[in-house]
Amino acid sequence: MVDQQNTRKRTIDIVNASLKRRYARERRFKAMGLGAVILGLLFVSALFVDIFSKGYTAFVQTHIELEVYFDPAVIDPEGRRDLDEISRADFRKIARAPLAKLFPEVTGRRDRLALYSILSSGAPYQLLDMVKDDIGVIGQTRTIDLIADDDVDMLVKGHIDRDTAAADRRVNDTMIGWIDRLEQLGLVKKKFNTRFFTNGDSREPELAGIGGAAAGSFYTLLVTLALSFPIGVAAAIYLEEFAPKNRWTDLIEVNINNLAAVPSIVFGLLGLAMFINLFGLPRSAPLVGGLVLTLMTLPTLIIASRAALKSVPPSIREAALGVGASKMQTVFHHVLPLAMPGMLTGTIIGMAQALGETAPLLMIGMVAFIVDIPGGPFDPSTVLPVQVYLWADSPERAFVERTSAAIIVLLAFLIAMNTFAVIMRRRFERRW
Amino acid sequence: MQFSVLIIILLGVMAMAYHLGRRRSLATVGGSSGVRNLHSLPAYYGFYTALWAGLPALLIAGLWVFFEGSLITSMVVQSLPAALRDVPPERLGLLVNDITNLANGNIVSTQVDAEMQRAADHMNELRTIGQAALAVVVLSIALAAGSLAWRAIGPKMRARNRVERIVSSLLIGSSLIAILTTVGIVLSVLFESFRFFQKIPVTDFLFGLEWSPQVALRADQVGATGAFGSVPLFAGTLLISFIALLVAVPIGLMAAIYLADYAGPKLRSYAKPVLEVLAGVPTVVYGFFAALTLAPAIRGAGEALGMTVSSESALAAGLVMGIMIIPFVSSLSDDVINAVPQSLRDAAYALGATRSETIRQVVLPAALPGIMGGVLLAASRAIGETMIVVMAAGLSANLTANPLESVTTVTVQIVTLLVGDQEFDSAKTLAAFALGLQLFVVTLALNIVALHIVRKYREQYE
Repeated sequence: MVDQQNTRKRTIDIVNASLKRRYARERRFKAMGLGAVILGLLFVSALFVDIFSKGYTAFVQTHIELEVYFDPAVIDPEGRRDLDEISRADFRKIARAPLAKLFPEVTGRRDRLALYSILSSGAPYQLLDMVKDDIGVIGQTRTIDLIADDDVDMLVKGHIDRDTAAADRRVNDTMIGWIDRLEQLGLVKKKFNTRFFTNGDSREPELAGIGGAAAGSFYTLLVTLALSFPIGVAAAIYLEEFAPKNRWTDLIEVNINNLAAVPSIVFGLLGLAMFINLFGLPRSAPLVGGLVLTLMTLPTLIIASRAALKSVPPSIREAALGVGASKMQTVFHHVLPLAMPGMLTGTIIGMAQALGETAPLLMIGMVAFIVDIPGGPFDPSTVLPVQVYLWADSPERAFVERTSAAIIVLLAFLIAMNTFAVIMRRRFERRW
Repeated sequence: MQFSVLIIILLGVMAMAYHLGRRRSLATVGGSSGVRNLHSLPAYYGFYTALWAGLPALLIAGLWVFFEGSLITSMVVQSLPAALRDVPPERLGLLVNDITNLANGNIVSTQVDAEMQRAADHMNELRTIGQAALAVVVLSIALAAGSLAWRAIGPKMRARNRVERIVSSLLIGSSLIAILTTVGIVLSVLFESFRFFQKIPVTDFLFGLEWSPQVALRADQVGATGAFGSVPLFAGTLLISFIALLVAVPIGLMAAIYLADYAGPKLRSYAKPVLEVLAGVPTVVYGFFAALTLAPAIRGAGEALGMTVSSESALAAGLVMGIMIIPFVSSLSDDVINAVPQSLRDAAYALGATRSETIRQVVLPAALPGIMGGVLLAASRAIGETMIVVMAAGLSANLTANPLESVTTVTVQIVTLLVGDQEFDSAKTLAAFALGLQLFVVTLALNIVALHIVRKYREQYE
């Protein structure tokens, strides 16, 4: 009796003695969990803050406001106003003249050339375009904001540190002096960078834009959507509604699940060997990119569509069959419309995945340097993520800014697509 | 005629066929009053006609798009003078390239001579003829098949059954594309790999310790043939994937546990989607982040501590890849943790276990197979990941376990071997396909094992 009481007391003692330690462990465990969540959220914000802080400045571009005299003696000495002839005229001279006038003390060939490098090599084309738009400007003087060179742009935006030793800087002291003078005169202007959205790629950062890549992405996604949506939905309908349960359909099912996890670069190898080498489709074309991405996104799409079909309750099917609809009518008239929102959500998510994909497109040659904006799915082109990859390799500081800006645009598209998918799901989701 | 215009016209023909078929079905029974004498609803007669008008023509058009390029090229090559045609295949390839560029109005790599100009003109001519022929053939097939179907329409025709049979074979065809994709991947990778293994013995590739794919251009060049040992590449891949898993598994698992068992509904509803954003960010963005932000930071930190860190260290790539796969680990673990029945938890609480004890000693052991499956899936994702390592990892094959040194991976080598000039008769280009085969087999094995584990585990509690 006594013995038993002793043991019981001892057990509770043991429990009580260990409680403090156990509670401490509990707190530690909970803190670790919270720490993991916070760390995850921190990664997200670090990634976004880093990209945004690097990239937001690319949406404005430094311009130099100059009084440009469209000298007829240079542009059109014969006075024939023939556009072909004017296109060959030396617009560099026109763009440079006002700079020379502002800095009369700069003489000597080499100094002059250094001074002129304030302006982008695209500035003369800006003037040419003005003349092409309105031939009447010849002989007039206009105040025009000319594009500045990328180094000047970086200096004005503060990306080039003035305190570093002159040898390590891309901009020398004389240049800084000139730009400071221009800034005092109020001639340095930062304007919204529309060229960034409309131009194709360029070797000059201040002229490079994402217009070509965005058009390429658009055509690629168009091909992907046109092929993967019907095929994905049809495959899902067959597997979910019609397929008999046997080995063959099991094989298809396992296959789809495995394909969803195959590395994307392998799909690129398939595209290269099949579509380009075997079928002879054009390299670098959005058509091939779209085909490869279709094969890549199909598994995701089929899985999402099947989930959507599965969520339609059997009572709907039974009701339709009960009033005499055929199996096919049941599916197409009743089940499919109810599953459509879920399928569309899955499709948008699949498209977002395809929009961000890079690796397989490298394999099929969509990495070329392409200046022209593609006009259709057969033209050589590149896509947004590949453009990011190409620019990330360029050494100029200004390309870091452009790359980040291109990423911001890409992320904006992805976020818009995903938000749309989430809203659709919330709006049309039905609980039965 | 433009291809897209042709497709639009074809769609128009299909719409017309639908309308005509529908009208004829009603006409055969004497207007809409006699509709009950029809076997099927009038719309099915319309669909029947439209399908017959559209499908064969679309099939022809699709085949044409696929084979137009090679067909025209071979015809142009046939028409070349023999002196130009009897050159080694790679020279001929260059010539064909030039001719194509010339025909497209692009810049040509060599001097344009009369023969080339003639060939390019010939090519353009063939293309115009081809497109015109295609338009004629496609439209006449559409009209012929459509009108045959139209004539067959009558009150006795079982239009619905016929349409349903066509549609159901279309559905089956679509679901077979998944199989065809797998077969295509396997065949295309295997075929080129066989050609590679004819030049380089399999054992050298699988067990060789040296990787330098530069093949000598001249026979007497120093370092005559390249070395194709894939071991250093796999070691590099595994090193980076290991670092990634080291980051992702603890963070992802702990986050999943916290969100599943501790967090209130509000934190859960905000934190989960935000974490899942990490899975939606394109990998090229991670690569940019790794190469331009993290790698210099790690290098700076290493230098401050007096260590030499390569600017393309495995650590930077691995860390960022770890961040990328956190959501895979966390959402898969979340699923399996939630699948553990509440009764198990309740039993543990009833015995006086604290929450963390319940999780560690009851929930996690029960969920372990599922979590393992999730980790394996994440590992296969890490092994196959390309852009992060292409941008942040090195190019030189290093057999090392030091995460501060630069290593290269299988995917990096595939990209470097295939971007730019490809010669499908050199071991260098073919090596990429052998690497691809290896990658495919390894990830496939991982996936099959992982999916098997996950499936088996799910059945356990259902």
